[in-house]
Amino acid sequence: MEPILRVEHLTHTYGSGTPFERSAVQDLSFQVEAGEFLGVIGHTGSGKSTLIQHLNGLLRPTSGHIYLDGTDIWAKPKEIRQVRFQVGLVFQYPEYQLFEETVYRDIAFGPTNMGLTPEQVDRAVREAAAFAGLSEELLDKSPFELSGGQKRRVAIAGVIAMDPKVLILDEPTAGLDPEGRERLLANIRAYHQAKGNTILLVSHSMDEIARNVDRILVLKDAHVLMSGTPREVFARAEELESAGLDVPQVTRIARALRDRGLAIDPAVYTTEELTAALLALKKGGSAVC
Amino acid sequence: MLKDITLGQYFPGDTLAHRLDPRTKLILVVLYIVALFCAKYFWTYALVALVLAVCVRISRVRLKALVRGLKPVLIIITFTAVLNLFYTKGEEPLWQWHFLSIYPEGILAAVFMVLRITLLIMGTFLLTYTTSPIHLTDGMESLMNPLKKIHVPVHELAMMMSIALRFIPTLIEETDKIMSAQKARGADFESGNLLQRAKAMIPLLVPLFISAFRRADELAVAMECRCYHGGEGRTKLHVLHYAARDYAAMVLGLAFAAGIFVLGRMGL
Repeated sequence: MEPILRVEHLTHTYGSGTPFERSAVQDLSFQVEAGEFLGVIGHTGSGKSTLIQHLNGLLRPTSGHIYLDGTDIWAKPKEIRQVRFQVGLVFQYPEYQLFEETVYRDIAFGPTNMGLTPEQVDRAVREAAAFAGLSEELLDKSPFELSGGQKRRVAIAGVIAMDPKVLILDEPTAGLDPEGRERLLANIRAYHQAKGNTILLVSHSMDEIARNVDRILVLKDAHVLMSGTPREVFARAEELESAGLDVPQVTRIARALRDRGLAIDPAVYTTEELTAALLALKKGGSAVC
Repeated sequence: MLKDITLGQYFPGDTLAHRLDPRTKLILVVLYIVALFCAKYFWTYALVALVLAVCVRISRVRLKALVRGLKPVLIIITFTAVLNLFYTKGEEPLWQWHFLSIYPEGILAAVFMVLRITLLIMGTFLLTYTTSPIHLTDGMESLMNPLKKIHVPVHELAMMMSIALRFIPTLIEETDKIMSAQKARGADFESGNLLQRAKAMIPLLVPLFISAFRRADELAVAMECRCYHGGEGRTKLHVLHYAARDYAAMVLGLAFAAGIFVLGRMGL
């Protein structure tokens, strides 16, 4: 099957021809399968933001190609807007882009730009609001009366309302409290399950990524450092640390336990797995400190 | 696209032009402008241009950067040139078509006007290219100090100016970000007629204004937290001092302006 997104030898150079010339991504290649929940992780300046702005055609590659469903997104530059409707991008701190008088109209901005009929727009707005965890009575309020967390949900709903095939979220939980973080991620997981869309979650929190995604793409200095399932990636903890990234806290505990002589898989990354592993050890009768 | 704006840009350097006291440079620019407006004919314009060229040479600012600064005012320059060309009346028209006519005087007036605006902009740009915004406002505050006697809020004006200059790049960056976010939702800033384009700016301007107000608010709180209470009794980290080179530059500047004034009176 054709992957939904295929990136081939993508390079983007800022300020070419000036002394400030710098490649934000260099010769990047990877694929995203349809329906996949992919985590993209990397240190500040690793090229995450530049990469995702290429995937929906906001930036044009200096060289290389991006294929959406097998077609090069820059094959018809005039129709790049169609690509942006299919690859929805939620920026960091998206609440700063709200502008309409009511929440409803702000969410409707995307679908209206797509040229849908008023009935279709209405359905899209209500569905997106529900997915983003916004109650019906909020729709008539001004977005500026809402709390920070609610504003962020409105902004996310504004992108979901376009019903994109691929949804990219850049640090969707930045600046939220732990509870708000967890609730928002639960909404995103529910949306993924209900729709079966492809989701790219960009984050620098390993814990957040570990608990949600099917596969992880690790970026370092404009290159792909590694990609694989969370288990595969966290098994290479030393390389991650050299990239300035942490493994999830649970993995760190497991590794510390193994270093003290416990027969435990050092790549576990959820609390449940670790608990199960520890219980199994206890049952097995081996020495537990 | 937005990043090309050069308004108030400063090129750090260590030339004589950079080391002069900002007050001296401000006075010199004023003298330069006076001289420019006293210029009457080829000789005086050539002299002003020569002085500017020498200053540019001393400052080591690349000519390309100065010319780039002219780009935003290109329309105004063309417009004034065309107006002067057609509206200056003389004795014998060179060319006539219906109500349009061109006189030799018109051509001269157009040429001088273009020269005057170009030299004016290049000269003032040379000031902002060689003086950092902080020095510039410092210099202005100190030059306007006597106005405090008649209750002009000099310090507040200078503070407002330095804050405004400081936030230009921040706001440009913010505009870029909001533009990308709205484009991701299918906003179209590039096509359509004038009305459609104006309407397309709403999703950009509303968030931009809101964030500007938010920033202003945060800055005000931060300043108050650090006990800012205006200019009274405030001391400076960098106190401005005139050096010998400043006096020399000012004498040369005065001589230059006076010279152009006299030559202009003589009709050169």
